[in-house]
Amino acid sequence: MADMKETILAVRGLKVNFSTPDGTVEAVKGIDLDVRSGETLAVVGESGSGKSQTMMGIMGLLANNGTVNGSARYRGQELVGLPPKALNQVRGSKITMIFQEPMTSLDPLYTIGRQIAEPIVHHRGGTFRQARKRVLELLELVGIPEPGRRIDSYPHELSGGQRQRVMIAMALANEPDLLIADEPTTALDVTIQAQILDLLKSLQKRFGMAIVLITHDLGIVKHFAERVAVMRRGEVVEQGKTADIFERPQADYTKMLLAAEPSGRKAPPADSAPIILEGRDVCVDYQIGGGLFRGGTSVFRAVDSVNLRLKEGQTIGVVGESGSGKSTLGRALLRLLPSSGHYRFGTTDISGFDRGQMRPLRRTLQLVFQDPYGSLSPRRTVGEIITEGLYVHEPELSRADRDRRAIEALKEVGLDPASRNRYPHEFSGGQRQRIAIARAMILKPKVVILDEPTSALDRSVQGQVIELLRDLQRKHGLSYIFISHDLSVVKAMSDYVIVMKNGKIVEEGHTDAIFEAPKQPYTKTLIGAAFNV
Amino acid sequence: MTDIVQTPVATPETKGRSLFQLAAMRFRRNRAAMAGCFMLALIALFSFLGPLFVPHTYDQVFPSYVSIGPSLEPRPDTSTLQDVMEGVATRARVTLKEFNVEGQTFTATVTSEQPIDARATRYFDRANEFRDTQVVATEDDGRTLKVTGQVDREYFPFGTDSNGRDLLVRVMLGGQISIAVGLLASLVSLGIGVVYGATSGYIGGRVDNVMMRLVEILYSLPFVFLVVVLVVFFGRSFILIFLVIGAVEWLDMARIVRGQTLALKRREFVGAAQALGLTDWQIIRRHIIPNTIGPVIVFVTVVVPKVILLESFLSFLGLGVQAPLTSWGALISEGANNIQSAPWLLIFPAIFFVVTLFSLNFVGDGLRDALDPKDR
Repeated sequence: MADMKETILAVRGLKVNFSTPDGTVEAVKGIDLDVRSGETLAVVGESGSGKSQTMMGIMGLLANNGTVNGSARYRGQELVGLPPKALNQVRGSKITMIFQEPMTSLDPLYTIGRQIAEPIVHHRGGTFRQARKRVLELLELVGIPEPGRRIDSYPHELSGGQRQRVMIAMALANEPDLLIADEPTTALDVTIQAQILDLLKSLQKRFGMAIVLITHDLGIVKHFAERVAVMRRGEVVEQGKTADIFERPQADYTKMLLAAEPSGRKAPPADSAPIILEGRDVCVDYQIGGGLFRGGTSVFRAVDSVNLRLKEGQTIGVVGESGSGKSTLGRALLRLLPSSGHYRFGTTDISGFDRGQMRPLRRTLQLVFQDPYGSLSPRRTVGEIITEGLYVHEPELSRADRDRRAIEALKEVGLDPASRNRYPHEFSGGQRQRIAIARAMILKPKVVILDEPTSALDRSVQGQVIELLRDLQRKHGLSYIFISHDLSVVKAMSDYVIVMKNGKIVEEGHTDAIFEAPKQPYTKTLIGAAFNV
Repeated sequence: MTDIVQTPVATPETKGRSLFQLAAMRFRRNRAAMAGCFMLALIALFSFLGPLFVPHTYDQVFPSYVSIGPSLEPRPDTSTLQDVMEGVATRARVTLKEFNVEGQTFTATVTSEQPIDARATRYFDRANEFRDTQVVATEDDGRTLKVTGQVDREYFPFGTDSNGRDLLVRVMLGGQISIAVGLLASLVSLGIGVVYGATSGYIGGRVDNVMMRLVEILYSLPFVFLVVVLVVFFGRSFILIFLVIGAVEWLDMARIVRGQTLALKRREFVGAAQALGLTDWQIIRRHIIPNTIGPVIVFVTVVVPKVILLESFLSFLGLGVQAPLTSWGALISEGANNIQSAPWLLIFPAIFFVVTLFSLNFVGDGLRDALDPKDR
């Protein structure tokens, strides 16, 4: 059926190269793709597979050191090598694009109304005043509440999901033939992700445009795309109808990707296991405003009377959307934030402990962060990074001893010990996350708070990191608090789940109970959004 | 366990490239910046090693050569010497038949009606220009005398100033002082500014407020006023110049570092360090300061020329280095006063000054490009 439709974008032998100090890097190695009118093509692949660079190359949006070769024809018109002026006739009008990061892809200096009007005025002429009516229509179309008021809002006044809707409105302004969506929902919460995808789907029905969806999330692809192209290392390894690819994958890589969904369960610890970390009535308040010459302050309660008891060997999964206070809770439990409430570590009451008193306990209470790029200091070698804790907690160790411990820790997380002389920027995301884990493990902690440790990683790498974390837990009898918005990972990692919303616990219980029979409507939406997009 | 200990430590090929090494690679590919580096090295060599190769000292006065223009010819030139020699001959009541100068020696042939007394050579030595005059040969029964001796010929490729001092040496000395002031004062401002800014930014809150208000108060004090006060209190000395300039320049540095620190503070590796139990000072020293290095280095390359300019301004006011010591700034202000009568007094120090500033700016640009990761 879809085969009958006209091909609107034909990519043949497209190559994208980047010249770097270490020679040319081939990001895309001569790929062929076809996009037919009105269909949804998903381009799937892990980070670095060249899926975004392909589209950037076609749109002429490559970084300065990038070059594009080959052919990309839009309704017969060659786009590659077209001068920017001629290219502008097509891009922004016939082919439009939405990006991953709605926070940064809108200009904070202009109202959203003006930004949506920009492509209309540019491509169709007229004034901003004339375009206003059309902008209102578009805002209504993408489901922004109260478009009449929102049209004069600035981007920072909108939530992430609303900004992404604004981006979509901008992309739709000139009724494009082809919409390229580059990871449009990756930065959004699951429930909002579902809404945005629904919106795209309904808009597609209405306007009959084709969508190229670039994503690494196979869950989205399955429910959203008609055809799939799987990319790896700059090549298309497999292309075909979504159902075919999911049911009968041909390429090994595709099989691997499909199998990468985290699986398995964790058995709960024995009931008699002692409680190792406890927080009662945990509250964290942030002061908003205030200052030398400003008047009153208001208080924002990020975590509101949360109770949490972590048993030895247990993993508590904390789930919730962004802003639900789950990360703040983790930091409060580690006493890294000023907070009120009662805290116990083992048998010690640590409620009133100041930083000096906490210091000796730090080695047993460790933290692993979400962003493997930001959590490692770029100017220190891996060896220096992972032995930093020893420097504080075991200052008597000699240099050689520290080096030996670094080697052990790196081996434990499955990295080559020789890598301790290298710098973080030379490693991939997954490897960096292993380094961050090694930094926590070298101190032989009892409790590790994992703050979205897998969110920034590709699915297949995610699986490996989860496997590693489970291994470490078994070997050392660790207790984890696993903070994540990714429910499938939480399901695989934890034996107890806490669902948070607006700083409060909405529901808690054993993993099976929560996932099989959620009681609260919020939990139901969350699970619904995550598992059947 | 034991076998792990024996694994060879750090095989050379696994040595990673740090961000700094990557930056150095990018820097080396920047032609303008490398040329700037090269020029700076040349100027530093010229200023610091140059005086070893020039026989004059910076405070040596040549009364015979006041305000003479630059020339590659030795002074006095041959025609002047001819005139002087003729004067000498007249005084000695002899006739000059032949006169030649070759390098540092001269030969002259003088004749007279009567035999010439060999002691007539004293007349030659009495002139400033000649010395060690000796009779080489007597001819015509002593009526013709061939004498030879040394000429004091001086080279002033840059000319001399109005006191008769060699401008070449003075430019070298000025370079020494300007470069030293530029570097040392920048280091002083770097040291104070980085520590102050990092501390203020990292600790934040009330401490930050107090520390930054202090900076603003210091900002609002007029520079000259501050200098005059310090000079009055501590007396005039060379060290004071570094301190005064450094004490003023660190304010900018502190603000830049504070801004950087505020951004770095939110980075997760700082959070990780806190979770590891590092103290504030350890975090500042091990994580904050090393990561501010990029913008700081770039800013230093801007501060150095600024400091050199400030120093010349102070010298111009009479608060900087004092004669006979000098700096490029002092030389330029002196040259500016004599621009009509002796333009070279302005031109030479200005050339060196401008080339140095240009080179520093190129190097600064190069460093900024090299250290900016967005370039990649």
